Order: sequence, then structure tokens, then C-alpha cells
Amino acid sequence: MNTSTNTLILDFEKTIFEIETKIESLKYLAQDENVDISQEVTRLQHKLEKQMRASYSNLSPWQKSQVARHPSRPHCLDYVHALIEDFTPLSGDRCFADDEAMVGGIGRFQGVSVVVLGQEKGHDIESRVRYNFGMAKPEGYRKAQRLMDMANKFNMPVIAFVDTSGAFPGVEAEARGQAEAIASSIEKCLQINVPIISVVIGEGGSGGAIAIATANRVLMLEHSIYSVISPEGCASILWRSADKVKEATEALKLTAQDLRRLGVIDEIIAEPVGGAHRNPAQTIERVGECIAKHLKELMAQSRDEIKKRRTEKFLRMGRHFAESK
Amino acid sequence: MNWLSDFVRPKIKKIATKDIADNLWTKCPQCGKMLFNKELEKNDFICSGCDHHLRLPLDRRFSMLFDNGEYKLITLPKLQEDPLNFKDSKKYTDRLRSYRKNTGNDDAIKVAQGEIGGITCIIAALDFGFMGGSMGTVVGEGIVKAGDIAVRGGYPLITIAASGGARMQEGILSLMQMARTTAAVNMVKEKGLPFISIMTDPTTGGVSASFAMLGDVNIAEKGCVIGFAGARVIEQTIREKLPEGFQKAEYLKEHGMVDIVTRRPEMRKTLIRVISILTHRQPQIKQLAIESK
Ligand SMILES: [Zn+2]
Repeated sequence: MNTSTNTLILDFEKTIFEIETKIESLKYLAQDENVDISQEVTRLQHKLEKQMRASYSNLSPWQKSQVARHPSRPHCLDYVHALIEDFTPLSGDRCFADDEAMVGGIGRFQGVSVVVLGQEKGHDIESRVRYNFGMAKPEGYRKAQRLMDMANKFNMPVIAFVDTSGAFPGVEAEARGQAEAIASSIEKCLQINVPIISVVIGEGGSGGAIAIATANRVLMLEHSIYSVISPEGCASILWRSADKVKEATEALKLTAQDLRRLGVIDEIIAEPVGGAHRNPAQTIERVGECIAKHLKELMAQSRDEIKKRRTEKFLRMGRHFAESK
Repeated sequence: MNWLSDFVRPKIKKIATKDIADNLWTKCPQCGKMLFNKELEKNDFICSGCDHHLRLPLDRRFSMLFDNGEYKLITLPKLQEDPLNFKDSKKYTDRLRSYRKNTGNDDAIKVAQGEIGGITCIIAALDFGFMGGSMGTVVGEGIVKAGDIAVRGGYPLITIAASGGARMQEGILSLMQMARTTAAVNMVKEKGLPFISIMTDPTTGGVSASFAMLGDVNIAEKGCVIGFAGARVIEQTIREKLPEGFQKAEYLKEHGMVDIVTRRPEMRKTLIRVISILTHRQPQIKQLAIESK
């Protein structure tokens, strides 16, 4: 169990952190003195496991939002490097610039040639600035469109890792048509006839997320969130108070479990006990397995069917309650 | 055609919205001039002082665009209300009820069918007066229905946006309407039928970042606000003053996002020209839109 990367301690994780610290210091002590600590460590590890199960099986929507945004959570490029062989990043929108917040490229997923898209948030100050905190600009969404066209041309499925607080709000982004870039990216998702699988790995923030998540299959990690507006934004607009962020988070129904119930996503991928940030390798492996399963199903469909079913699915969004009754 | 409901003849005298009728004067939000409501109405809700285009009631919008001001409203299927059971300071269902009472409309959209220059068209128009024209499942349903009728009948589709964006009270389902409405207009476009997007004040957020920006031809009403992120959010992010005319129709045209910026009284003529050219037809302008006397 990797505790050293957990630099951020969430408020409900204090007990967990205390036990983790005890285990670490015991191990450290044992290096110098010849004491047998194995029994105590086993006892503490059981306790830790129990505590983590208890905390993490019952996270509130606000706590989930914190886990979803945890800086040590595996990010887009962690998945890409672990799951995609021969990943070859491709750059630029051929109009204006390359947007590093939007990862794009080609590679092989379990031997199948694919196009990969996703927002990268970065893992330290330097990389966060470089990736603009995972907030893509119009050129990022235009790069995504270009690569979706390429996927269509060469009959390659698209795999997208969604992790963004939203599209970048700025004067330049508006001047270059952020709205148009997102709208056209959604439209492109609907126009191509190769499978699209989108995985919300952390934060699915509004239009910036759905621009690459208008997919045949939308998968979500257990503690990830996907919402029309950030809890903070919602609290300040509807409650006119930043203090009401917990209420807003509850009301928005933004957890993977809520979205599954609402029929918006197709599958929830279980995270390791204690959240993805405690065991990135296992998380990534599970995500890979789930993508493989859905990809296999989708690749059995004809290209016409792929497109038709995706369009039909989104045309029903919001009507499906009436239909299920 | 069972989706067609009552035939609507414009009743000019009843066009003024309630809140305006309550007062005799309206202050122009741009130049501050006090405008006599009867005059304002006669002037297509355009300020006589500075040419600012004030917001227009939906019925008036329809009667200005369709031949002879005649059109048929299309009934939208009922959907489950308040799927999230949403409550902030007020219950969403209570909000809906009070907006319905004040506007006389079920939600923020109306879909109409009629002729424009002799060419049958479908218009789906958003009502800013209903919760800021925000897009939830019912608005999505309206755009899908409009697209569906356009495709079946081979008619051009026109949308008129006036919206602050997604309806937060419907959470993720409102976000899904971005993909849903995009799928709807894309259906029309792929049939080779014209899709004309008219943007009016305001066209922002999830509406600008979906169907409204995807017209074969994008037409903006003079001076209207169009953008993705709100000006306040941007100001907080970059901590500097926004440029002059930022996110106005003319700014969008200058930046290549809209084809045509037009004054309200010329909108009908512009539409007729564009639609008739794209459909290879000669416009039969029987009569100009009803005079607003
Ligand atoms: Zn004025």
C-alpha cells in the first residue's frame, strides 16, 4: 500500500491516516532495532482495512467529490501509459495551436489500433500549469475532432479518459469559439461510425466533459463525479452562498451511483478499498478490463449500428423515464 | 398530423407580456431612455433611442417570422417532472409551477410550424422568460420533436435561442440535453435539410455549446450576448477588464462564429433569402409578416 503519495489528507481520512502513520513508523523502528513487529503490523493492517472499508463504502457526495479531485488519483496519462502500447501523441488542431490539456494520440489497446483522447490535470505545480489544470481550450476540442475524424477514416475505436473541472473560461478561449469547439466536438462524436468508449476517471465537468463523452459506452470509476456544473458554482448561483457546497453536491446527483440510476452511464468500475489514489495500479487494471469488455461488444456491431445506436441513445436522454414506466 | 395542436392566429392586442402591461413605461437597459410600452411594442421591442433590441415575447417572435403571422403550435409529449427531486431554497416543482402561471407556457420552449416565404418550416424557440430559457429535458424534447418533424416532412429547421444555458435543477440530465439536441439537429443536417440557428439575447452556456452553434447558417440578432463562459466567471479567472463589445453578436461575427448579424425587423427577410436559396426555391412572399399595429 502506497501511503507516501497521499500528501493530501481528506477530512474523513484522518483515522485512516493515523493508522497508516503508525504502520509506517513501526516499520521504520524495526529497521534499527531488532524487534518483531509483524504481529502488531498485521493487527494494524486489519484495522486499517476495516476502517477504509467503513469510510469508503459510505462516502457522501461531497466526500466523493473530494476523492474524485484527489491530486494523487491516477490521471489520464497514467492510464494511457499503462494501457496503451506504442502510444504516439499527436499534436495540434491545424488551425491555431496544440493544447496540452487535451491529450490526443494513437496506439494499441490490447492489440487493437485506437485513438486516445483525454484531459490531463498534471501531478505537480509545473505539470499542472503545463496542462492548464486539465481545462482545455477551443484548440483542444478541435484537436479531438481532428483525431475522431482520423479514427473514423482508419476504422479505429476511440477511448477517452474524462477528467476536467470544465472547459477553460477565458477571453482568448471565447474569442476562438469555445462554444463552437465544444458543440462541434459533441457533433463529431455523433457523426463518426467507430465505437467511442469514455471513462470518467475523476471529474466530469460540464460541457468540457461531454465534448468527449458523447459515447457508445460511458463508464465511471466508483468515486468519480460527472455534473452539469461544479458543486461550488451551483452553490453560488442557486444558494447564493459558497457555504452551501455540500447541499449543492447532494442536490446535483453527480455520483457514479446516481448517474447509473438515472440511466446516464453504462457501468461503474469498482475502485480499490480506500480509493483509486491508494492503489493506482489496480485501478488502472480494472479500468482496462472494463474497456476491453465493452470494446469487444461494440466491435461485434456493424459500423452503421455503432453510429445509429449512439444517436438513438442520446436522443432518448430524459425521455427514458417515461418509457420505462 | 396528430402533433399539431390548435391553430394560432396572432392576437396582436394580447401580445404584450403581463409584466410590461402592468406598467406603462419600460426603461431601456442600455441607454436608460424611458420607453412608452405601446410605442415599444409597435417598434418590435426595439429602443427608439439607441436601437437596443429588448427581449421579445415568443408569440410575437413567431408572428413576426411566419407568413401572415400564421403558424401552428406543436404539442410536446409530457415527461416526468423533476427527475432529481431537486430543491435549493425552493423546490424545483414549485419554481416550475410559478413560471407556468406567469408565462402560460409549460416550459422554456415552443415549437411551431408554418410557412416562411411560402416554404414550410419548423421553428423551435426558447423562452427566456421561463427560468432564463434554461435547457432541461423538456427543452431537449422540443428540439428533438422539431427535428423529427423537419426530417419526416423534409422541412428546414430553425431554432431561436434565448438562454442562459443548462437547467441546473435537472443536473446531469440537463447536461445530456447538449448531446441530445446536437443529435437532433445533426439528424436534420444529415438529411440535407437546412438548419438555421438564430441567436438572440442571450445565447450562452450549454445552449451556445450545443445546437445553437451548429447551424448551417448562424444568424445573430444585433447586439445580443453570445458566449460559453459567463463574463463574471471570466473576469474572476483572468482578473482583468473584458474587451469592449466582448461576447456581443458583432464580436462573434468578427471572430468567425456567426454568419450574419441582423436587426430584428430584417430577420424575416434574411431567413426567407437564406432558406429559399438553400432549398433551390423561389420565395413566394405572399405578404410580409403581420404589421405590428
Ligand atoms: Zn436604448
